[in-house]
Amino acid sequence: MSDGRPLPPALELRGIDKRFGAVHANRAISLAVARGSIHGLIGENGAGKSTVMNIVYGFHQADAGEILVQGRRVELRSPQAAIAAGIGMVHQHFMLVDNFTVLENVVLGVEDGPVLAGGLARARAALEQLGRDYGLDVPLDTVVSELSVGLQQRVEILKALHRGAEILILDEPTAVLTPQEADQLFRMLGRLRAQGKTVILVTHKLREIMAVTDRVTVMRQGAVVAEVATRDTSPRDLAEKMVGRAVLLTVEKGPARPGEVLLEVKRLAVCDDRGVPRIKGVSFALRAGEIIGLAGVAGNGQSELLEALAGIRAPSGGQILLRGTDLVGGAVDPRARRRLGLAHVPEDRLRRGVVAGFSAQANSILGYQDRAAYNRGLLADQAAILAGCERQMATYDVRPPNPRLRLTAFSGGNQQKLVIARELEADPQVLLVGQPTRGVDIGAIEFIHRQLVALRDAGKAVFLVSVELDEILGLADRILVIAGGEIVGELARADATEERLGLMMAGVKEAHA
Amino acid sequence: METYTIIVLLLAATIRVAAPLLLAALAGLFSERSGVIALGLEGMMLGAAFAAAAVSAVTGSAWLGLGAGIATAVALALLLGFACITHRGNQVVAAMAINIMVAGLGPTLALGWFNLGGQTPQLDGPGQRFMSLVWPGADAARSVPFPGLLYAELLSGHHLLVYLAAALVPLAAWVLYRTRFGLRLRAVGENPLAVDTAGIAVNRLRYQAVAISGVLCGVAGACLSTAASSGFVRDMTAGKGYLALAALIFGKWKPYPTLGACLLFAFTDALAARLQGVALPVVGVVPVQFILALPYVLTVLLLAGFVGKAVAPLALGTPYAKEK
Repeated sequence: MSDGRPLPPALELRGIDKRFGAVHANRAISLAVARGSIHGLIGENGAGKSTVMNIVYGFHQADAGEILVQGRRVELRSPQAAIAAGIGMVHQHFMLVDNFTVLENVVLGVEDGPVLAGGLARARAALEQLGRDYGLDVPLDTVVSELSVGLQQRVEILKALHRGAEILILDEPTAVLTPQEADQLFRMLGRLRAQGKTVILVTHKLREIMAVTDRVTVMRQGAVVAEVATRDTSPRDLAEKMVGRAVLLTVEKGPARPGEVLLEVKRLAVCDDRGVPRIKGVSFALRAGEIIGLAGVAGNGQSELLEALAGIRAPSGGQILLRGTDLVGGAVDPRARRRLGLAHVPEDRLRRGVVAGFSAQANSILGYQDRAAYNRGLLADQAAILAGCERQMATYDVRPPNPRLRLTAFSGGNQQKLVIARELEADPQVLLVGQPTRGVDIGAIEFIHRQLVALRDAGKAVFLVSVELDEILGLADRILVIAGGEIVGELARADATEERLGLMMAGVKEAHA
Repeated sequence: METYTIIVLLLAATIRVAAPLLLAALAGLFSERSGVIALGLEGMMLGAAFAAAAVSAVTGSAWLGLGAGIATAVALALLLGFACITHRGNQVVAAMAINIMVAGLGPTLALGWFNLGGQTPQLDGPGQRFMSLVWPGADAARSVPFPGLLYAELLSGHHLLVYLAAALVPLAAWVLYRTRFGLRLRAVGENPLAVDTAGIAVNRLRYQAVAISGVLCGVAGACLSTAASSGFVRDMTAGKGYLALAALIFGKWKPYPTLGACLLFAFTDALAARLQGVALPVVGVVPVQFILALPYVLTVLLLAGFVGKAVAPLALGTPYAKEK
């Protein structure tokens, strides 16, 4: 500015404090985001990142503290107030009406008059201009549910820009994107920065912070623990600050020694609830002593494949052979599969893996409740169940180690450790595991990964399904890539790069050399 | 009577029967599109029918009766809203509670006020009912079978609320698809969170929707007791509220298909009335109970089999609460 004073920060928080009942979600958060920069906000699940951003977006109200936008103090009592202050937010779960067109979604809330026609025409012109300015092309008259996830995200960004956002908050924006789509998003954020917009990127992925941000604020347990310039830090340093201790980012493991085939899948076909084919003739063989990783963008049939293997969903064709026993023709149910040595850590922990309202000890026997060790005559042997759960909690470092607590009293990481403990204690030959570290903090991720590698080294087979490429690359010995319900490629770990996998995940089949 | 005349009279009866059904179904349309289950149509309609007949009987004005019917139905709708929107109660339970309450309250009040065994007095004074409007030249045209009879029976000769119901269909479609309110209404029934983050108050919008639903149910109830018949009798809706909900679902929550569904249900109803005591070929005289059950049997069949994929508003029945 002409008077030579430094510009105030685009957004400044001073002493933001927020409690939800007994949970102290934000403790005296202060941070400043420079205008025209990309600012990273990193922290583990439950560190309070989303809460503070929801406060900035007026979705929640802080108990104490103040918010300044472009140097002026603002009261953000509703999203409307935040929008008026020039703050836009792209939520992790998109806030789109699925059966509306792109145009209808963008104008919702800013219709410009009680009758739609005129407002829609003006919005169309404005969006076409925005599309040209920022390279954000989206077909305006397409129904949102027909768009890819990447395009839906663009609609969210357009929504914010159309409302005149100068500060754009993105909450975990890459969770559902392929690496290439994520790179496109980052280029787009770069263009926004070049035009003077301010971007706040909320994520738990270190790679993204390092790739695009100018500065980064680290949160832990509801408080800001560090704020640094990105070029002055490293992924290892950030991870330590997030967790509060040194962590291993890569899993240490020796080469795999694959043995006999334990699980063989032949031309498996599976339909979803509506009868739409989701798995179209998938074949692979899983050997003892190896981890196969199934990579793919969420929603490409991984869930259906896992459910079919676990016996939760009946396949429409093909074979699943577990150590020579045909599970499909014999219609073997999940319980019988467990007896045959097939364990399953489901993708959706709370829906499939546990009963949230039960105690930890009750959860620790689910699926195995008919085992002799847990029963005495017709009655459940409560003492044995309690002892078993205590043992599992000790071995798998579940905190707090109290078997009588309700499951919901544990953090996501500890819940997942309980599930993994239960399944591994049954000594399976084959472990199916879906999204083992979804909603799990870094410390627990490290632990869970070590358990999976230990299982492999004990000569068991692991089938890992994950949408986190880092996880697949860190654990798998062989990588299968799924797209549109088909295995589009297989790579040995040594040949796999993020770029090759990303292209395959997008459905590009590699020509055989 | 010759077949042609019978058919024309049957269609005329269809239109008369369809009117309250259509009004209630449009009421349901606004409620359900906003995400509030419209099981309370029955009770709101019945309450309005009672209030309209009672006020009309006392004041001698069908218009005041209509106003009382609307006020009653809106009050019930707001009560439902208070339970389901503000306090996030179970919508089915709350709506059924209202239906049951009104079913008892109407006759009880009628007994207390008029002492006529739970009915309201016969509305036979001038201006106490909405009478049929005879269009110019209708009586003269009647003698010419085509198109005179069609004009006289189908276009002319209905009471005002029938014409109102017909006019409300394009109006509802226009509001729903062409206005800001309609856009927000449709959005809130699909994804209230998206509406909230767009800076629109979800609960206010839903209250507006149920209030509109109350207004339309009020008209529907007045239509039953002060136009189609001359007074309130116990249980006079006889499931029409549920039938309207069925028509709404059969019409896939869209105004014009809902109109079609209402006409279809009304036609079977009119047919049932016409078939009572008539000896049919092959089967002879069909017991009257069976004939009267026809519209409901049809409803069950249609909803069970022929609707195909009716996709309800995604957030239907789910109270909106900000997640933590």
